[in-house]
Parts: sequence; C-alpha cells; structure tokens
Amino acid sequence: MVAKKLTGGQIVCEALLNEGVDVMFGLPGGAILPLYGELSKYPGLRHVLVRHEQGGAHAADGYARSTGKVGVVLATSGPGATNLITGLATAMMDSAPVVAITGQVGRAAIGTDAFQETDITGATLPVTKHNYLVTRAQDIGPTIHEAFHIARTGRPGPVLIDIPKDVFQEEAEYDFERDSQINLPGYHVPSTADESQIQKAVELIDAAERPVILAGHGVIISQAFDELRELAEKAEIPVVTTLLGISGFPEDHRLFVGFPGMHGLAYASLTLDESDLIIAVGSRFDDRIVGDPNRFATGAKKIQIDIDPAEINKSITADAPVIGDVKAVLGQINPKIKSTKHTDWVSRVEHLKAEHPSLKIRETDELLGQHVIKALSDVTRGDAIICTGVGQHQMWAAQHYRFTNANSWFSSGGLGTMGYEVPSAIGAQLGNPERLVWSICGDGGFQMTSMELATAVENNLPVKYAILNNNHLGMITQWQDLFYDGDFQAETYTANPDFVKLAEAYGMKGIRVTKQDQLEGAIREANEHNGPVIVDFVIEKVDNVYPMIPIGGSVEDLIEESL
Amino acid sequence: MTTSSNGASGFKQRTIIALVEDKPGVLARISGLFRRRGFNIASLAVGRSEMPGLSRMTFVVEGPPHVVQHVAAQLDRLVEVVEVQDITEKNIVWRELALIKVNSPSEHRGEILELANIFRVNVIDIGAKTLTMEVTGGRNKINSLIELLRRFGIREVIRTGRVATLRGALIEGQEEGAHAVADSVEHFYTPTAGDSGSV
Repeated sequence: MVAKKLTGGQIVCEALLNEGVDVMFGLPGGAILPLYGELSKYPGLRHVLVRHEQGGAHAADGYARSTGKVGVVLATSGPGATNLITGLATAMMDSAPVVAITGQVGRAAIGTDAFQETDITGATLPVTKHNYLVTRAQDIGPTIHEAFHIARTGRPGPVLIDIPKDVFQEEAEYDFERDSQINLPGYHVPSTADESQIQKAVELIDAAERPVILAGHGVIISQAFDELRELAEKAEIPVVTTLLGISGFPEDHRLFVGFPGMHGLAYASLTLDESDLIIAVGSRFDDRIVGDPNRFATGAKKIQIDIDPAEINKSITADAPVIGDVKAVLGQINPKIKSTKHTDWVSRVEHLKAEHPSLKIRETDELLGQHVIKALSDVTRGDAIICTGVGQHQMWAAQHYRFTNANSWFSSGGLGTMGYEVPSAIGAQLGNPERLVWSICGDGGFQMTSMELATAVENNLPVKYAILNNNHLGMITQWQDLFYDGDFQAETYTANPDFVKLAEAYGMKGIRVTKQDQLEGAIREANEHNGPVIVDFVIEKVDNVYPMIPIGGSVEDLIEESL
Repeated sequence: MTTSSNGASGFKQRTIIALVEDKPGVLARISGLFRRRGFNIASLAVGRSEMPGLSRMTFVVEGPPHVVQHVAAQLDRLVEVVEVQDITEKNIVWRELALIKVNSPSEHRGEILELANIFRVNVIDIGAKTLTMEVTGGRNKINSLIELLRRFGIREVIRTGRVATLRGALIEGQEEGAHAVADSVEHFYTPTAGDSGSV
C-alpha cells in the first residue's frame, strides 16, 4: 500500500477511525483548531461538544466503561488540558480506557510561557497510564495506535497525547499497516497465569470450608461474567462484590451476597470476616473494604487474582497471588477445582443476612433516599444503566439497586469524584442508545457538572437524572455528625436552584417528587418520556447512611441502624 | 547519612537495576513515581547500556520496608521501563566514583599523595594550590578517604551514585547473582550499602 501524504490533523482522524472510534467528546480552542478544521472531512467521527472539558473526560470514561471500547476526549492547550485532569485521574483510579488528545502551543513557543501554554504531559504524569508529546507529524499515527493499545490492554487506563498546533498542520505519510505495529519492549500484558500459581490457588479453593469470592472491577473489565458464575456455582461459593464489582454478578442469584466495607452491607463484611478463604478476583483490597489491614478477615487465607503485579501485597498479604487476566485465569482455575457444596457455610451466610437486615428501610412517612433507589430498582426491574456521583446517594444506590444486567453500574469508586454522574451518563447513553440510563445524583455533585445537561439536550440523549435532593452535602453532614461532634460547617446548600425549572430552562422535562406514593408514577413518567428528564426527589434533610465501619476500623466497629 | 540497610529511621535500602528506553521524559516519570509513592532515592546512576536505545539505571532507594518492597513492581508498570531487577538480596558487585578536590600546599603534597597511593586512587589533576583525585569503590572506602583528607581542607566532593551488577555464576548452570549455595541466603553474608564495593 502506498502511504498517503496527509496533514497531522488528518492523520489523527484516520488513525482514530482505524481504531474503531465513532464518537468523541471535546471542546475546541486555538491550539487544537487545526484538528477541528479537518473533522468535516471525516463524518464517521461524531464529535459531541461538551460544556467543560472535565465533562468531556467523564463522558469518554462513561462511554468506555459501558462499551468496553476506548473513550476519546479532545481539548485545547492550557486551561482546556488542565480541565481534563480530574477526569483523567478518575479514569486512572478506576482503570477506564480513555485517550485524551490535547492541542499544544506551536513547537517554537513551547517553554516560553506562551498564551494558553501548560506542560500537560508533565502535569498529567501521575494521572495517566502513559502520555506523549508528539513533535513530528510522522509520529502521530504510531503514537495514536500505541496509545490505544496501552489504554485498552492489561490494566486499562487513560493515555494523553499532546500535539503542538503546527504539528497538526505539518504534512507526513500515514500508513496504517506500518504505523500500527506496536513495538513496546517494556510493556507486557499478562494473560494466563503460571501453572504453579494456579495450582496453589486450586489447592486453597479445594481445601476451604468457608470460601468467599470478592469480585472486583477486574471481573467487569475482563468481561469474565460467565467464568465468575461458573466458579461460584461449581464450588458453591458466596459472592461479595466490591463497589466497582457491582453488576459483575447477577444480584438475583442465590449465591450473591452484596457489597462490603465502609458503607457496605453488614452481612457482606461479616461474610468476609468469617470466611476461611477470600478469593479476590480483580480486586485490589481497597482501604474502604479492608479498613484496618491488621484486623481484616484474619482467619482467611487470601488468593489475589490481578493483572497488575504491583497490586499484589500492596495492602493485604496474599497467600496465593495469581498474576493474569481475570477471564483467562478463571478459565484455568475452573476446570481444576472440585465440584463441591458448602451447605453449612451458605446457610451461615443466609443467617447473617437475616440477622443483619442492612437493606431494611426504617418506617417513616418521610421520603428517604433509600425509598427512591428501591423504587427505581423495582420499576426498572434492575435492568437500567446506573451512573452515580459520590456520597450518600452513591452508597444508597450501591446498596438498594438490584442489578440484573452485567456491567451496568458506573461510579467513581477510586477517586471519589463528585460530578461524575452527569457527564458519565451522557457517555453511557451514547454508547448504549437502546438502554435506559439513570444518573443518580446528589444535589451537591449534580451542580458540579450540571452544565452538561445542555450536552444531553443538544444530542437528544434521553438520560434520566434522579437528584436525591436534601439541600445538604449529605456525607459531609454525616461525618461532621459522627466524627466532628456535630460541629456542622459548610454542609448546607441554602440556595439550590429549583431543579424542575432548571430542567425546563434546558428544554428538558422536570418532575418533582416529595412523597413516597409519588415515586412509582414519577419514575414511570420519566422512563416513558422520549428525552432527558430531571426528577427532583426532595428527600429527608438529614439522614445517615448505615451500616458504617468507620475509617481504619473492622467489623468489630460496625455501626448498624436500629430499626 | 544512612550507612546501613537499616538506617537510623528504620528505613530499608534496596538496590535496583533497570533497563529503560532512552526517550525524553523517562527520568521525570521515574522520579515522579518515586516521589508520589514515598520512595526516597539515596542514589541514582544513569547511562547508555550495551544495547542501542536502552539505558541502564542503578537506584538505591530508601523507605519503610512495606513500601520499598514495591519499588520494582511499580517501576515495571512504567511503559518505558523494559526490565527491572531488585538485586538487594543477590550476590552483586558495585562501585561508586568520587572526585575529590583537596587543598595541597607543597608542604602537604607528599602526605596527600601517600594517602592516594594507599587507597589506590588516581590523581587526575594538580594545580598550584589544589589536587583532584579519582576514587572508586564502596561507600565506606570513599567516606574514609574523605575523612582523612578533611584536615587538609576539602574544596569539592563530586560523587556518582552506585552502579551495580550481578556476579557471574561460579558453576555452570547456576544463575547469575546466586550466592555460593543457592538454597539458603540467610546463612550467607548479605551486603549492605556501606560495605566495600565487592563482597
């Protein structure tokens, strides 16, 4: 094939198309205008104009997590690029494959403090899996293909490519065959694990009397849903899902337990604590699950299956580390383990569920956050895609939404980014036009990124926004109540907008719900509306999320609601 | 200065060698990683390796034991790091180099040259009032020489980081860097940072 002579901007577009990109989020500016100048020649690349680059990064992240494809975001130099940082850090912590392309000032101006210049490759070093400053148009093609390879393989993550304005304009040859050859001697992607590691894990599983699976985000990233289910069923092992492992295992399955940890279900935390073997499948033993590492499941041996060797023994010592891709590793383990029953242990877990009814909602006439999530779960039959922000609404959603569909829960688990919910739902809806997408928001986080409602409206994306509105930063209020002697500071929002009017101002449908008996009707009305909707659920002002294990604690410190 | 593997603060020292791609920004990536993971670089030496496009780095890092253990794994996550070896517990040889510029008035020159002779170091420059010597070896040897020269008035000390490599196998079929009997390192002497350059 004869290589074509193209401008740098054209090479970006051709390479993106060759990577299978069909949609990208972005906001133009001076340094990246030469790229935007080429977009009209490439109608296969749909550009979704966002209102803020952070929203673009979160939308790309939501698109990526919900499709398994790489999400793409474009931004200009300087402030455009720095606005991406929260989104990139979110994607980094949660291993989401995102490629960000930023414009940079012209090569001659680099290092001169030029207008809208910032060292974005320097600034994003800690929040990207890898990044590049491309200084020649001929390097654009190979760099983009390498970036996509790095973003989506191994433990996925965000990759940033910074391209100076004049490099977009420079001409070079692009040859897909040649430029997509990956030559990365230092980048190894584990797939199957060593037999010796598998053998050790199999022995521990076969010997266990009270095993539990701790299924993390790795299950979802690796799409190992069937393999996980096979492992659980073959050896009758209860399944605890981490916050980001939610929707990795069907929640109507008899072996499903729930999510553990700081605001997890008491019986899920207790199941881990009483087990004699924890099989961590694509989970990194996050501090929100472990609490005090010296008091975490002390009677349990630990198998840790992870694609990232750096996660092994980081917080918890693994008795049997297994390095590899979760799907491949479970494919190795499953045929080797004994088919067995753990009848007594499973009934013990059922007993724990009965003794600690963490999902029971207290009797009240008020509208509680839990009521809203329960109603959403019931009306949508657990079938919707759910995006959340961070805080009380997130924890209630994780507890009370009963997911029946794989890979349907998108939440900023690692970085804890308030505001993730509004744009990530846009990305998830774009990637899944046939599915119902509900974004569950707090009134705090919602206002961090609510400008992206315009993006939803502009692109006819029928996202349903549920605001659990208590005029408070609910989790802040809870912590100040429990840990700062009730000395409340900066926790109340006294000037929230009228969210129904805000919806109408954006040309959306707005619905307000203040009572329990309005829930079902309002949710149905939102579902049936052919367009984006805000439902303003006015919930009880001050309420705490329970159960709770305070930071650095263990199940001994479990606080449960007295009902 | 920390001179043993368990320094005053209880921190561990580890010696790590890495083969890295010779690309712009690699050093910034590595130093950034060390900073944000709480690893402290005691010394760092970089230079081209025998392979084109690849540089070899030797690090001596310090930090709490549970943190320092992860240095190699974290380094290996970097795309441009081709190979990492934590050789702390291996059988290794290493050297450091220092240039020491010392006052050398004629009445003391003989004495200084005698020291240089005993330490088997090269004198690489003599001026009217100063003399510069080149010393290679382990940290203790260099430190000792510096101490002995101090009374003449040291003008400058320029030190490199440690460079290290695994000792060759003594027996065919044995791995490089293995101790004399491979099955038990505890019974054998494990070198510490302050030891002389060859153990």
